[in-house]
Amino acid sequence: MIFEKRLLARERGTGVLEKLRQIPWSFVVLLCGVAAVGYVALLSAGGGNPEIYAQKHGIRFGFGLVLMLGIALIDIRIIARFAWAGYAGALVLLVLVLLHGNIGKGAQRWIDLGPFQLQPSELMKIMLVLALTSWFHRASWERVGNPIFLIPPAVAVLVPVVLILRQPNLGTALITAMVGAAVFWAAGMRWWKFAAAAAAAALAAPIAYERLHDYQRARITTFFDPESDPLGAGYNIIQSKIALGSGGLWGKGFLQGTQGHLNFLPEKQTDFIFTMIAEEFGLVGALTTLSLLMLTVAFCFFVAFRCRHQFGRLLAVGLGTNYFLYVFVNVAMVTGAIPVGGVPLPLISHGGSAMLTVMLGFGLLLSAYVHRDAEMGPVRE
Amino acid sequence: MIWRARTKFGTLGRERTVRKEEERRRGMFTRRAAVLGGLQFGAFAFLGWRLHRLQIEEGARYATLAEENRVSARLFAPPRGRILDRAGRVVAGNRLNWRALLVAEQAVDVGATLATFSKIVPLADHEKARIERDIRRSRRFVPVIIREFLTWEEMARIEVNAPDLPGVTVDMGTTRIYPETEHLAHIVGYVAAPAESDADEDPLLRLPGIRVGRAGIERHHDRILRGRGGTVQVEVNALGRVIRELDRREGIPGQDVQISVDAELQRAIRGRIQEGTTAVLLDARNGEVLAMATKPSFDPNIFSAGVSAAQWRQWTSGRSTPLINRATNGLYAPGSTLKMVVGLAALEARVCRPGDIVHCPGHFDFGDTRFHCHNRNGHGGVNMRTAIMVSCDVYFYEMARRMGMDRIAAMANRFGLGVDLDIDLPGTRRGLVPTRAWRIAQGRPWNIGDTIVHGIGQGFYLNTPLSLAVMTARLATGRAVQPHVTRAIGGRPVRGFRAEDWPSLGIPEADMRLMRDAMWGVVNGGGTAGASRLPAIYGQMSGKTGTTQVRRVSREQRERGFNVHALPREWRPHALFVAYAPHDNPIYALSVIVEHGISGSGAAAPLARDILIDAFQRLGPPRPGQRVAEAGR
Repeated sequence: MIFEKRLLARERGTGVLEKLRQIPWSFVVLLCGVAAVGYVALLSAGGGNPEIYAQKHGIRFGFGLVLMLGIALIDIRIIARFAWAGYAGALVLLVLVLLHGNIGKGAQRWIDLGPFQLQPSELMKIMLVLALTSWFHRASWERVGNPIFLIPPAVAVLVPVVLILRQPNLGTALITAMVGAAVFWAAGMRWWKFAAAAAAAALAAPIAYERLHDYQRARITTFFDPESDPLGAGYNIIQSKIALGSGGLWGKGFLQGTQGHLNFLPEKQTDFIFTMIAEEFGLVGALTTLSLLMLTVAFCFFVAFRCRHQFGRLLAVGLGTNYFLYVFVNVAMVTGAIPVGGVPLPLISHGGSAMLTVMLGFGLLLSAYVHRDAEMGPVRE
Repeated sequence: MIWRARTKFGTLGRERTVRKEEERRRGMFTRRAAVLGGLQFGAFAFLGWRLHRLQIEEGARYATLAEENRVSARLFAPPRGRILDRAGRVVAGNRLNWRALLVAEQAVDVGATLATFSKIVPLADHEKARIERDIRRSRRFVPVIIREFLTWEEMARIEVNAPDLPGVTVDMGTTRIYPETEHLAHIVGYVAAPAESDADEDPLLRLPGIRVGRAGIERHHDRILRGRGGTVQVEVNALGRVIRELDRREGIPGQDVQISVDAELQRAIRGRIQEGTTAVLLDARNGEVLAMATKPSFDPNIFSAGVSAAQWRQWTSGRSTPLINRATNGLYAPGSTLKMVVGLAALEARVCRPGDIVHCPGHFDFGDTRFHCHNRNGHGGVNMRTAIMVSCDVYFYEMARRMGMDRIAAMANRFGLGVDLDIDLPGTRRGLVPTRAWRIAQGRPWNIGDTIVHGIGQGFYLNTPLSLAVMTARLATGRAVQPHVTRAIGGRPVRGFRAEDWPSLGIPEADMRLMRDAMWGVVNGGGTAGASRLPAIYGQMSGKTGTTQVRRVSREQRERGFNVHALPREWRPHALFVAYAPHDNPIYALSVIVEHGISGSGAAAPLARDILIDAFQRLGPPRPGQRVAEAGR
């Protein structure tokens, strides 16, 4: 009875105004802060001219903000109902990009949509989290322990991973697999099954390495010894480390980064934007940026703990892990800690596709938070 | 809706189970999410540690690397110093060199631009091929030379058509120019591109288009002429393009070098001589080289643009060797011009007194070997003075027999023969004055017969015309003057400018006077060169003739009546003459060697007289006590 009463007491209004009031505006401010860091960094990447990168970045973020808030107002139950439809749509786009995609840097990754270039692999990660969440959210502990129950979601992870590998884009494929794994973990898959999967992956790694493209192999070999080929594949890592290291504690100052502005730093507006920040604003600027990004991830976990339904919890953890992986892979890559893998720093890097998909994800997250007390249906045995 | 319906029916047990299950699942999720969150927090901490390590612990190292990336130090060459002659005329200078350059990046279509350029300044096919090769090899923003040494008119035409020639610029470089062309080539030398091995010595030599001295004064004073390169520190981007200049350090410009040779005199002397003839004119008092003329020679300007293979073959093959300076590298026996030195050696060895008479029957017999005098009828009784005047061979055969070879060699060395001369022309040869030890070191015996032949300057002697001129200067002044070409560097005179700078030879003045008197007699006292007296206004010349056989004259030829004019040219004897003037106050010392000139008195002495007249006319008829060295400039 107490349970029921509490439920009734927490029943909130469904009006748009009430929902807007429920939106955690501090989080929106945090996102604006992250985007502002990106604006400043892109201003510098454009040599101080906002028209080159920064302005577009601002416009995209504004568009993304509207998208996010719009999605936040949609009832989480409606979203849950269309989870698999979204997944199917992303899968179709992924196939389309393989057939008709634009060739960028030797890989088919984009679909041209006029003003935007859509990278279906980015969208896929969000839709995968959504689909897996809707698969797991009503499953009991016993049910998750049943191997047969795990097969369909495993297939749902593997199909897009294989498609992304075919593009080929090793980095995003691995991140997709890891995001899926995070949802499996949070849903209660037994830890020894994870251990078995990890062991299988370790065994498969040498075979997979054989099948990698030359440029992907070069990235891995140069990761272990970047100086082995200082003008070839190792160049990016070396120059990035030089830029980072030369920034020191306080940095060289806005627009004063020599590595970036003299073009020693490759792709400074996209993959290596964090290096640019660290070079011009030093360790202080880099750690500040990193802290903002960490707070963003922490908020996802906060949402997960506040949700009263498993759907929101799993969704928040999945989306949080997705964002975390973007940040970690990108920063670890530019600091030379892991092989270079073409992963942008969302909300900071130049590029519309990652920004839009990340904001879409945050929209889902906010929707889960706004509707954190919604009834999502009983646990199934 | 289903869930709500069930609760309505109040299935409490079921509700409890659901609630319990929900709580259990929530606890499980919380633990697992905490693990995941902890991992992610740990990953962020790892990134922070990584950044700290790169930016703080290794920051200094990376800062240095970034600076090395950014800053590039570039050298630039200062203008090369000029070489001036005695009168201050430029004999090696720098000429502006208009060059047309192409920056491929700025040209819309390289092929079209070159086609348009060809219409203005025709380009040969091999030039086009070279340009295209250069463009392929260098970065797109690096200028490539289309054509060097443009005339003013060509340059103007290119400038006028600039709008049709995108990427083409005209710039001004310098190239070495030698206005005296072949006349001073052996002294001034020439410049050429440095060899690979030179670049270690001075980084300046790695610059494209730089030239280094390869011969003569250009080589000897190369560092002084070259100066020190300036550096400019520039900021470059990743492609190596210069963004801006950070710091500029001017180099030290090359200094001008003045040489003691008078270019006009040199040209006049070269006008008088023929192929194979060498004349070296020194200032007897301080060893300055006033002229050093030889034929054939070469035009050093050819080296500035690069020597073609055909030209090089022509220079290096065949008998005439224009690249070789015969004055410092040609080797000849001194012949009778050595007789004063032999006489001084004899006097010093006290094997005779100046007045002692030796009878010359026209030949000198030693054992069963007969040594001939040049005068078959004999000179009768001769003392040292008359022996030199008439160039009696028998007298000097006897002197050599009396004192031995080593005394002759020692005296010859004191007069600059067979020793290294301290001259500033690279490659000058020492020559050879044989000694017994030298011959024995070759594993051959030295006979008294060898000594006798060497008494008249024949035999193994190998001496340069320069060393004969030095011998003459030392005879004239009694001082150990050393020859030198450099007169001033950067306007400051070099040492050895004054006669007093040179030490005395340490030979008794009476002996020296005897020799000078004998040399005076050679020209003015009825000696062998009586036909070559100087006009009285210039004073009197003292000298000594010499005629050296290049082939042995056989007894058969001698008996048949030997006529040298019937011999092929390359078998004829060389004609030598050494002289100084004026006799009473020596200023000029001169050696002349006319290859295959047959006779010293007939070919070399008149030439020497004419050269001295040229010298008096151009460098001034000196009043007593006046220094010619100060008259110039």
